[in-house]
Amino acid sequence: MTSLASIAASPPGSFDESRRTAPHVTIRGLSKRYPDAVIYDRFDFDIPRGKLISVFGPNGCGKSTLINMIAGLVPADAGEVLFDGRPLSRVKFGYVFQNYREALFPWLPAFDNIAYPLKVMGVPKAERKQRVERLVARLGVKIDLSLYPYHLSGGQQQLVSIMRALIVEPEILFLDEPFSALDYEMTLFMRDQLQRVFMETKTTTVLVSHDLEEAVYLSDYVLLLSRHPARVVEFVPYDAPRPRTDKTLSEPGFIATKARCLKLFQQEVRRG
Amino acid sequence: MKIPNALLPLVGVAMLLAIWGLTVALRLVDPVLLPSPLATFRTLWEGMLSGKLGVDFLKTVMRTISSTAIAAVIAIPLGILLGSSEKLYRSVEFLIDFFRSTPASAMFPLFLVLFGVGDRTKISVAAFGAALVILFNVAYGVMNARKTRLLAAKVMGASRTRVLFDVMLLESLPQTFVGLRNGVSLALVIIVVAEMFIGSTDGLGQRVFEAQQLFDMPGMYAAIFAAGALGYTLNLLFLLIERRFVHWAGR
Repeated sequence: MTSLASIAASPPGSFDESRRTAPHVTIRGLSKRYPDAVIYDRFDFDIPRGKLISVFGPNGCGKSTLINMIAGLVPADAGEVLFDGRPLSRVKFGYVFQNYREALFPWLPAFDNIAYPLKVMGVPKAERKQRVERLVARLGVKIDLSLYPYHLSGGQQQLVSIMRALIVEPEILFLDEPFSALDYEMTLFMRDQLQRVFMETKTTTVLVSHDLEEAVYLSDYVLLLSRHPARVVEFVPYDAPRPRTDKTLSEPGFIATKARCLKLFQQEVRRG
Repeated sequence: MKIPNALLPLVGVAMLLAIWGLTVALRLVDPVLLPSPLATFRTLWEGMLSGKLGVDFLKTVMRTISSTAIAAVIAIPLGILLGSSEKLYRSVEFLIDFFRSTPASAMFPLFLVLFGVGDRTKISVAAFGAALVILFNVAYGVMNARKTRLLAAKVMGASRTRVLFDVMLLESLPQTFVGLRNGVSLALVIIVVAEMFIGSTDGLGQRVFEAQQLFDMPGMYAAIFAAGALGYTLNLLFLLIERRFVHWAGR
């Protein structure tokens, strides 16, 4: 809690948010057992603030389970997750599901879908409208939001899901394989949309991905997990400047990082 | 010959009428048993416009609609309640399935004892049958609400009550309409049978029965067609309402 103390000590208004270095989320002793396997056994990890991290690892190692436990969708057997020292119940967060078709409300137009979390919070209608419009302008989204989700393409639906997660101005955003149900063309487009969202909001973001290229391309760090019970194999940094583009994919830094991740991943897979 | 797709349903109708007309023209069947299409439809037309058939038709419509409405008012809230707790539903599932499988016509004598001879008996037996069908569908609609959608609402901080009203209720609507359509069809069947056999003086069932007793074959066919048109229209009506209110179903 020294970081909190130092923040408190600095004169009001003079503190630059980007200089905060204390971890945003601290995970301690997280354990989870399914009937057939121990997925996590006293797992410790710190999620850095204002970074986009990708979680990558062998199939069934518990990538999604990790963010689901952090976001409270799946109860942990033991352990503690704190956000700047606070429990989840006191934190505004956003969560984007892989299955956008089932996560959006088909009876509401896209606009009302995005505004729904505000409605739950009891924000008055006029303000809800204003805030959605502000978010749309900020992200430069060009979708007709009066349409129902089933009239939108898969990518557009997922973009609506992401906006629904962002509308509450979350301090942390979780995405569970958000693009894996999209075709390749749409995936490429959505990666750049997500990058844009991240550059614009600087929200701490945790992305579960099964695509290594995507994981490295989007991230500041790749969290490589081992087979279950999952441990941190390595927390690989990748600091290419944003916005990253198609060119990034052929730069030596990208290739080296991806190769390193792949090597570690394969070592893990072979350990069986 | 090219037939526009919209006219395809008429092909079958035309074929039936042609075979029917031919059968009558060639005297393949005793003309007393099978009147010509023209005679039948003239009887239908005249009966609906000025005769007793129109009155009977409206009576049956009223009884079917009332019983379905009563069934819906009871079964929809109860279905939501039962469906929102899987444990609760499982504990009454056998009862629902048992009475759903019991032919409602077997209940006539019981309801006669309870409500006497009259509209109340007919309407309540039909409502009983329809209610179980609607209840079962609503409960399943609520129980089968997409887990992801419920989780999404929960993650956004929605309370249990809010999840029930904002998500489960709407999620169950497509299945509720399936229940309503089946319910209204069943109600019509029960009403028509009741009109035939339990001391009725009006209604389509009574009309068919009376025509048979008097050997008025055109009148009987006309009443059968009127009943068919009613069943078809009710189903269509519910489909249209469903498309209007549950625009997302199946998409």
